[in-house]
Amino acid sequence: MRTVEQEIADSGLFAGLEPSQFEFIAGCARFERVDAGTLLLREGEHADEFFLIRHGAVALELHAPTGPLVIQTLGDGEVVGWSWLFAPYTWHMDGRAVEPCSLVSFDAACLRGKVEQDHELGYQLMTRFAANLIDRLQATRFQLIDVYGRAPAGA
Amino acid sequence: MTAAHVIERGDFDELLGALSRRGYQIVGPTLRDQAIVYDRIESSADLPAGWKDEQDGGRYRLRRRDDEALFGYAVGPHSWKQFQLPPNVKLWEAGIDDHGGLADVAEPASEPPRYAFLGARSCELHGMAILDRVIGSDLDPFVVAVQCGQAGGTCFCVSMNTGPVADGGFDLALTEVIDGGEHYFAVEVGSERGAEVLTDVPHREALDTDRNAAAAVHARTAASMGRELDTTGIKELLYRNYEHPRWDEVADRCLTCGNCTMVCPTCFCTIVEDTTDLDGSHVERHERWDSCFTVDYSHIHGGAVRSSARSRYRQWMTHKLATWWDQFGTSGCVGCGRCITWCPVGIDITEEARAIRESEGQPDADS
Amino acid sequence: MSTGVLQPAPEALVPEPFEVVRKRRDMADTWTLELEGGPFPFAPGQFTMLSAGGAGEVPISISGDPGRSEQLVHTVRAVGLATAAICAAEPGRKLGVRGPFGTAWPLADAEGADVVIAAGGIGLPPLRPAILALLSQRERYGRLVLLYGGRAPDQLMFPDELQAWREQGIEVHVTVDSAGPEWLGHVGVVTRLVRQAGIDPSSTVAMSCGPEIMMRFLVAALKEEGVPTDRIYVSMERNMQCAIGHCGHCQLGPTLVCRDGPVYRWSVLEPWLAIREL
Repeated sequence: MRTVEQEIADSGLFAGLEPSQFEFIAGCARFERVDAGTLLLREGEHADEFFLIRHGAVALELHAPTGPLVIQTLGDGEVVGWSWLFAPYTWHMDGRAVEPCSLVSFDAACLRGKVEQDHELGYQLMTRFAANLIDRLQATRFQLIDVYGRAPAGA
Repeated sequence: MTAAHVIERGDFDELLGALSRRGYQIVGPTLRDQAIVYDRIESSADLPAGWKDEQDGGRYRLRRRDDEALFGYAVGPHSWKQFQLPPNVKLWEAGIDDHGGLADVAEPASEPPRYAFLGARSCELHGMAILDRVIGSDLDPFVVAVQCGQAGGTCFCVSMNTGPVADGGFDLALTEVIDGGEHYFAVEVGSERGAEVLTDVPHREALDTDRNAAAAVHARTAASMGRELDTTGIKELLYRNYEHPRWDEVADRCLTCGNCTMVCPTCFCTIVEDTTDLDGSHVERHERWDSCFTVDYSHIHGGAVRSSARSRYRQWMTHKLATWWDQFGTSGCVGCGRCITWCPVGIDITEEARAIRESEGQPDADS
Repeated sequence: MSTGVLQPAPEALVPEPFEVVRKRRDMADTWTLELEGGPFPFAPGQFTMLSAGGAGEVPISISGDPGRSEQLVHTVRAVGLATAAICAAEPGRKLGVRGPFGTAWPLADAEGADVVIAAGGIGLPPLRPAILALLSQRERYGRLVLLYGGRAPDQLMFPDELQAWREQGIEVHVTVDSAGPEWLGHVGVVTRLVRQAGIDPSSTVAMSCGPEIMMRFLVAALKEEGVPTDRIYVSMERNMQCAIGHCGHCQLGPTLVCRDGPVYRWSVLEPWLAIREL
């Protein structure tokens, strides 16, 4: 039976942190299982938890009147939810489990408080998340140019 | 209002005759296809004398009574809604001219029939008033109300403050009393035209014994309601609970068949449809009954707003008990129990409301 | 029992004939139709129920000048049977019109204040009457700002008017989601224009129209600038049949879009729009 610490360590997300920092983060984390269809993040609500997907898939969605629009899906080993780290700490999208998911859920409010005191920890978290954000932004921009719909220049 | 007069059972048909002579088309309860439904009444022989109903969630049976009461049952699948808001109305028809425009628009000019509603119950009078508030109507039926002699298995008019005794909204109100060898109707007069009709019907003054017997009928009915619904703060209760897991639970059972909306005396939703003939030279616009349980009901460009059964059941129930208040200033529910009886899987609006209320940690006020 | 006609239809349920006098194609699937059929006074934001000879009836916002009520103008996108039939109508054809219905943009409430109009795509036509009304009484308002976003440069509505409005005293900022190098304007989502507009939250009324998701994010951006939600207005859309509060279809929580909308104060709508599949 793997512990939360083992799970977080294996994810590589917090690799390179001081043991005490790592311990603190693990202390804010717990295992959680959710059914398919569960809304982990709700647009507009306060971001008090974020998640690491152990097994499963989560769709980031925007709800339209006729149903959700899926922007991106996240899978094993990916983190769901960044807005907990940036004011005003509200979710910008819905995050829906599209299949039963096994997760590590983090108490964001607790981590936020810690980060405000321990700026070194804050810096470490920011650099990791920034790298992830740039990666996602690039992917989103690529989605935006709709390569399938346009003839490439010179074609 | 207490009864001032009595009509003997033997003179009951005189009341029907008096209405007929004044040009009223009498509509009342009749027995057809193992249910009590509203249809033309010519004489008391058309009434379901000696029948009673057994109603429960998804269950309706008729049984013989051990007396010959004319009104010894609660309400059936029909309500008076079908007269206030007919299931299919042709709004207008027209030709389509060479320019694609409407030519010779013909609106029907007919007057609504002069109905006399025989046997309208207190919940139904409230239902008619609520529906009238929403859609408006020129219908002005002569109402011979009947004060219920028995509560139905799914009735909860006491909870909704809509019965069992009607204290207005009728021209005449009858309480059927069968006691020993006697069989008579205690009569309350509710309007001038009611009083006028009564002058044409053999009747006598009501005695205290008659009034007491009628009161006993009313009390017995009030004490034997089949269901209860706590309406304390129900609008706010439902407004707080749009994401309650109970909606998922009921959605597992609900077939979205829409029976509840068909039998409910206040459900008023309609669809407006244009139909043309094959060569496109003639068009008719109809307004016909629709149901919020259909997927198309909430269709906008791109799809339906309410595609899940969960959202459609939630829409119906929150409209009936909550948003109706904000839209029209009253509750939409009169506690007649039809939605419970005629739901094929017996979904019970009182049980759903109770489940949500109790989950908030406030025990239901009636339990 | 006979289920025939009960009573004559209320006047509001019989369409009036209006003739197409001019027609202009705005985009591949969008046309602006100028109709004549007698004076048709309306308030900016209102809609009519439009039909073309039996193909069905749809709610369409009026997109014309409220100061010129001798003409009725509609901008229509062909997305289904009824709208395709309307868009196919050539000058000389007659359409059926019922209305006007619904609530209006809050032009009186905005007097003395700055007005920020935020529109996306096909959301600009329902705001056009408000823009024209504001321009016709320019002196009653502070800054007039139009923030307008579209998918691509060839999918912007009323491109000639956008320039004319700039000249008449509206700060017009246009952006597209993506473009080729010939486009010299902004590229980016329309919400980014909000931050750049320099809004004074103490004295701004905002009006927004477009896809619901877009309106939601535009409102979020306006809120970030401090505009109070009771001074932000949006135009909503739901299934509509009778448009007279009779048929139940347009319910949006405790409101009816035909009667309490289509123009709503955001503070009224906000809690309801958070409920999915309301």
